[in-house]
Amino acid sequence: MAIVPHYETLVISLLFCVTQAATFSAATSSVWSKVETGPPDAILGIAQAFRECQDDRKVNVCVGAYRDTQGKPWVLPTVRAAEQKLLENDDPKDYLPIEGDTGFITEAVKFAYGQNVDLSTVAAVQTLSGTGACRIGGEFLAHFWENKNIYIPTPTWGNHWKIFKECGLETHPYRYYDRSTNRLDLIGFIEDLEAAPEGSIILLHACAHNPTGCDPTLDQWKRIADVLERKGHLAFFDSAYQGFASGDAERDAAAFRYVTDRKTIPVLLAQSFAKNFGLYGERCGTLSMICSGEEERQRLLSQLRCVIRPMYSSPPRHGSSIVKTVLSDSQLAPQYYEECATMANRIQAMRELLVKTLAEVGSTHDWSHVSEQIGMFAFTGMSEEMCDQLTKDYAIYLTRDGRISIAGLNDSNIRYVAEAIHAVTDGKSITGN
Amino acid sequence: MISKQFISRLGRQSQKFSTRWQSTSPFAAYEMAPLDPIIGLNEEFQRDDFPQKVIVGVGAYRDDAGKPYVLPCVREAEQRLVDQKLDMEYSGIAGDQKFVDLSLKFGYGEDSGALKEGRIQGVQALSGTGGLRVFGEMIRRHGHKHIYVPNPTWGNHIPIFQNSGLEVRKYRYYDASNSSLDFDGMIKDIQDIPAGSCVLLHACAHNPTGMDPTLEQWKQLSELFKKKQLFPFFDAAYQGFASGDAILDAASLRMFVDDGHLLGTIQSFSKNFGLYGHRVGTLSVVGSNAEEAARVVSQMKMVIRPMYSNPPRHGARIVSTILDDPKLKSDFYEQCKGMADRMNTMRTKLRDELEAVGSTRNWDHIVKQIGMFAYSGLNKEQVMEMRSKHHLYCTADGRISMAGVTTGNVSYIANAMHDVSK
Repeated sequence: MAIVPHYETLVISLLFCVTQAATFSAATSSVWSKVETGPPDAILGIAQAFRECQDDRKVNVCVGAYRDTQGKPWVLPTVRAAEQKLLENDDPKDYLPIEGDTGFITEAVKFAYGQNVDLSTVAAVQTLSGTGACRIGGEFLAHFWENKNIYIPTPTWGNHWKIFKECGLETHPYRYYDRSTNRLDLIGFIEDLEAAPEGSIILLHACAHNPTGCDPTLDQWKRIADVLERKGHLAFFDSAYQGFASGDAERDAAAFRYVTDRKTIPVLLAQSFAKNFGLYGERCGTLSMICSGEEERQRLLSQLRCVIRPMYSSPPRHGSSIVKTVLSDSQLAPQYYEECATMANRIQAMRELLVKTLAEVGSTHDWSHVSEQIGMFAFTGMSEEMCDQLTKDYAIYLTRDGRISIAGLNDSNIRYVAEAIHAVTDGKSITGN
Repeated sequence: MISKQFISRLGRQSQKFSTRWQSTSPFAAYEMAPLDPIIGLNEEFQRDDFPQKVIVGVGAYRDDAGKPYVLPCVREAEQRLVDQKLDMEYSGIAGDQKFVDLSLKFGYGEDSGALKEGRIQGVQALSGTGGLRVFGEMIRRHGHKHIYVPNPTWGNHIPIFQNSGLEVRKYRYYDASNSSLDFDGMIKDIQDIPAGSCVLLHACAHNPTGMDPTLEQWKQLSELFKKKQLFPFFDAAYQGFASGDAILDAASLRMFVDDGHLLGTIQSFSKNFGLYGHRVGTLSVVGSNAEEAARVVSQMKMVIRPMYSNPPRHGARIVSTILDDPKLKSDFYEQCKGMADRMNTMRTKLRDELEAVGSTRNWDHIVKQIGMFAYSGLNKEQVMEMRSKHHLYCTADGRISMAGVTTGNVSYIANAMHDVSK
């Protein structure tokens, strides 16, 4: 079972006294008395601080959720249409099977692996978005995979570390991003994969690496795949931005499909529909693994069910019903791909505008890394102190690793943000932290 | 036990696979895990071709035509939500606060003193299972090594708590020899439980037996728990759905809170609101003060974040909409009672049919039991014979879901039960 050394072991006091009176005020000690307050989650805690901030100028570039040009959340029209259809069709509310909605899973697998995938070679379950997929995948590997070491890129989405530790895997970092150049550290990456014991689990971001936005090129993926193969490593892909990164869902899947098509590297995939379908709060995703055929697929599914059943029994059906409805509909599906591209294109436009505006307001830094990055985030290279200053002095809320959610930028606030960034970075280094 | 099924070795076998894969799969040695006894039943049933086949397995309500039933107030709430064009943003690790507040009122009572004092706080959970798991993980992180559950209990309780890292121990609960509550055995076993231990109680409509303590017996239990300094944890999956009266069904929980116990509760909205597949629940604690309850909630969030980050919105929004609107709320109570009444009617009908077909066994327990399930008393062999000979599917422990019994199939069921037990 997982090691959780967060707090001291509680000793339940034997002096627990309960008064007979209905009101309860002065118990000498309660079953909960030694429970400490847990620390706030880094990202969600900042989002909360933003909500509570009274400053008119405030800008939220913290949470990775898409915003339109007015800074408002955007529910895709195809998603709205699907919801209406579900109502009209009297969609039932019965329990889904433990492994989830079969129709949804089929569409999700085709979306990730390609429309012509041999479904009998993919064992897939529906999960609670990306977090749930990572957790189910990690628990499965912790029980079944011989080598319990998982290698996680530096930096990565903060929650990755917590999830895999909870699963009982031995977590290790591998070099990924070079802050002195604000580019991929391919040499360090390859070296660390080589040094990892054979058959280790390697966590890979399928595209639009979070938080850096810095992805390997296809050539670089080839070299990475060579090492994975040579060392017998398992490639655990986290795909949270397919379609949302470049605007082209097929293109965003290219690296992932390249590695799987080699057929020599065991693959797990955690898939999220939070961003590309805007289904954030409905918790929709899948966890899948390549297998040898139908018989093996059934065996793997049976074991995955054993992880899911004692965790939450079966997944929530609303988000998956929406995705299924959209992707299986001949009119809604092509419309969806356009809507997803709209989001990606607006973000790309804001990315370019940010770099342009930084130059306009007088910044002399080389911001080309921001231009080259892909996806929802700009990994600026700003230090923690600069980030704190941005928040304190300018009411701009970002994560302290210098990550800005570009989706939070629009024509009304981009100049203000550029000026603020210039103010806190002028004359200081944005590399080598 | 789940842990027995896991194999750590990875055998390299020389099996031939298709040319599209490497010569030996990394998963070749993984065995087929056994089917979940409750949910797996459904799969077996699906495979059966017999035209008159009947399943009374999973606890999901069916109307008298045997069809799934979406409460009209749920549909209306859903239409309102779609019309409002709400966003789908993340709702926060603890979920929808308005939903949590309304659900706590529903469970603990609008007039609950403890609630007004802020001593009762909670989080949105993934229905019953999800809340149980978060609670189990949380107490294990805070020093608990065991949890005590009634014998028998819902099958999934055991792997949930084991996977939380707790050892599951049982206290006597049911006397199978006369299909009744073994209250003396229960008291004796609970007296032996070490102080400070967490003890699971079914708030009402015990699953699978349908046998609940009377109010007087609950009172005795409350005093015993106090005397023994035990830590109660209520599983409340059937409020409103058991007797048809949501206040009556919460009596045990509210009694314990009034008696001053500090405890935990998991409320599921799967059955009473018919929201099964939306995974809606609330996990809460009653602390000694508001500050303490807040600390515990922060610890629940620590478990949730690396498990699924935040809960799904849709089902919670539906419950919120209903509980917040006087008319929808009153519709809900009526419709929920309608489901409970139908199941109670079927209990009487089933017992009467069994008599009518000539069974000389005493089937009164079917009528005495409460909630969704009848613990028939049939043994495993009899259950299997019902499956193979009569194509009637219930779980191997003889638990029959009354929700699956209809005026159309009650004779058939009675006949089958009589046939295997005469």
